[in-house]
Amino acid sequence: MDKIAKLKKIMSKDNVKIKTKIKKKKRLNRSVAGNIVILLFLLIFSVFSAYPLIFIIANAFKPLHELFIFPPKLFPTDPTFKNFSDLMILMGTTWVPMSRYIFNTVFITVVGTIGHVIIASMCAYPLAKHHFPGKAFIFTLIVYSLMFNGAVTSTPVFMIMSWIGLIDTHFAVIIPAFAFPLGLYLMKQFMESIPNSLLEAAKIDGANEFRIFWRVVMPLSKPAWLTLVILLFQQLWSTQGAGYIFSEQLKTLSYALAQIVSGGIARAGTAAAVSVIMLIVPVTIFIISQSKIIDTMSHSGMK
Amino acid sequence: MRDKTITTEKESRFKKLRRKMYKQRYSYYLMAPYLIIFGTFTVFSVIMSIVFSFTNFNLLEFPSFVGFDNYVRLFLEDEVFIIAMKNTLILAIITGPISFILAFVVAWLINELPKKWKWLMTLIFYAPSISGNAYLLWKLIFSSDMYGYANSFLIKNGLITEPITWLQDPKYVLWIIIIVQFWLSLGVAFLAFIAGLQNLDQKLYEAGAIDGIRNRWQELWYITLPQMRPQLMFGAVMQITSSFGISAVSSEIAGYPSVDYSGHTIVLHLLDYGGMRFEMGYASAIATILFMIMLSSNIIVQKFLRRVGT
Repeated sequence: MDKIAKLKKIMSKDNVKIKTKIKKKKRLNRSVAGNIVILLFLLIFSVFSAYPLIFIIANAFKPLHELFIFPPKLFPTDPTFKNFSDLMILMGTTWVPMSRYIFNTVFITVVGTIGHVIIASMCAYPLAKHHFPGKAFIFTLIVYSLMFNGAVTSTPVFMIMSWIGLIDTHFAVIIPAFAFPLGLYLMKQFMESIPNSLLEAAKIDGANEFRIFWRVVMPLSKPAWLTLVILLFQQLWSTQGAGYIFSEQLKTLSYALAQIVSGGIARAGTAAAVSVIMLIVPVTIFIISQSKIIDTMSHSGMK
Repeated sequence: MRDKTITTEKESRFKKLRRKMYKQRYSYYLMAPYLIIFGTFTVFSVIMSIVFSFTNFNLLEFPSFVGFDNYVRLFLEDEVFIIAMKNTLILAIITGPISFILAFVVAWLINELPKKWKWLMTLIFYAPSISGNAYLLWKLIFSSDMYGYANSFLIKNGLITEPITWLQDPKYVLWIIIIVQFWLSLGVAFLAFIAGLQNLDQKLYEAGAIDGIRNRWQELWYITLPQMRPQLMFGAVMQITSSFGISAVSSEIAGYPSVDYSGHTIVLHLLDYGGMRFEMGYASAIATILFMIMLSSNIIVQKFLRRVGT
């Protein structure tokens, strides 16, 4: 027994060695000059991409007199939280308490995102795994709906919403978000990779379709949930509800912050603080879930 | 032996069919909530918008049929719409293809990096597209006084003596929108490319090397691109749709309405009539045109991409 275990150990070690050798060999056809060109190219583009974000974060920590020095500097020499505390004070002076705007945005974002993940997954599971009449037609419609954006339907949606009496409620924003087509598309593509054997095993164990969906498919599609969450969250988090929400006490954080930003040059620091607040949440979610999202996106291809 | 497998296959196929038929109703139950909402707010809305585009609906009076009047008015009388159309096409033709290629090139280059760097670079390039209204910073960069970063940079280096009024000058507005749009454009398509590149079959590269592929450019052309076709098609849809839908960037950066409508787009025109003047019939006509443009350009590009490499 001992010998066999040892042998296995040695073999597995050898395997590892062989594998690493292959890995090193995998970088075929790579020249040093090419690597340098690529690094330079990436460096230039990443500066273009990151500089504005770093700048806006830096600006949020600059005292007012540093925001307008000539020539402008990237990093604050005298960092301060004054912009954020100013923002708090400003928030206290608004007509509707700030907590109300925050509640509205959190409500829209949380209900919209959770509802979307559940409803889209429910629809994606049969589309990915079952065969039934009308399947191809439904999926084609969804692919075509990726090809135009929400502006096209904004007018009819407004009319439908006013007919069913949802204008000036949060649901005018939330309900259309439930049927966000990109989310369904990605979820369906991801679910196709779930092995059928698992579903059949569950069926043999006597689970019905709803149970299979909830107990087998949903836990297995966690990476795809995160992708749907980041895509929709970012949209709803920054929604102003323009055109659908008119009562001040129902308006969103993004709307309130836009009002503060429009306060002009004296609020440049506060505006930067606002932007930092708006970007920090989606970016944090992305940082946490990047590998899961990439995993989902690998199934995104169109055939 | 062979016969046996065929019969069992037939049997299981029959069984499967029966089982599937039994399962169907659950499929429909599961899909119902999504399809009702999707049907109402997307499919029905598009149909409604096409139908209303032939009426003079204004929310107050009962709509009456006006034939092609709205379309005639759009193309012959509405000068602002023609400007919006021209701007939208310029923006789409420039930002669509270039942002598509940019997303692929950046993803491909990132894929050459070691794993840790890959993670960081993906974050850096993707972050702008999810950072909400952070693009307002570009307003500071291109602000018209000498404190604007672009102006102060140019003045400091002696390239100009007077600050340029970037966002008030129709000459520059469209170009600035294009730059900001590029900054925002590495979104879902970019992630799809990153993911697709990570999952390519490595064996093909080894086989390619044996078959005489000598550098990474040949590798890209002969192995990577053909394998990436599904992701490329998905990415094309994403980039085309977003490049035709540019609106918030323009209205936030260049103002609404912008000077001489220099940054006006079809979507903004649509929101003007649908969301402010409540001329729903006219807005529907604009929406229908936008729908046709987006859909047809997507379908044409799909047809084209499907042909590449076959």
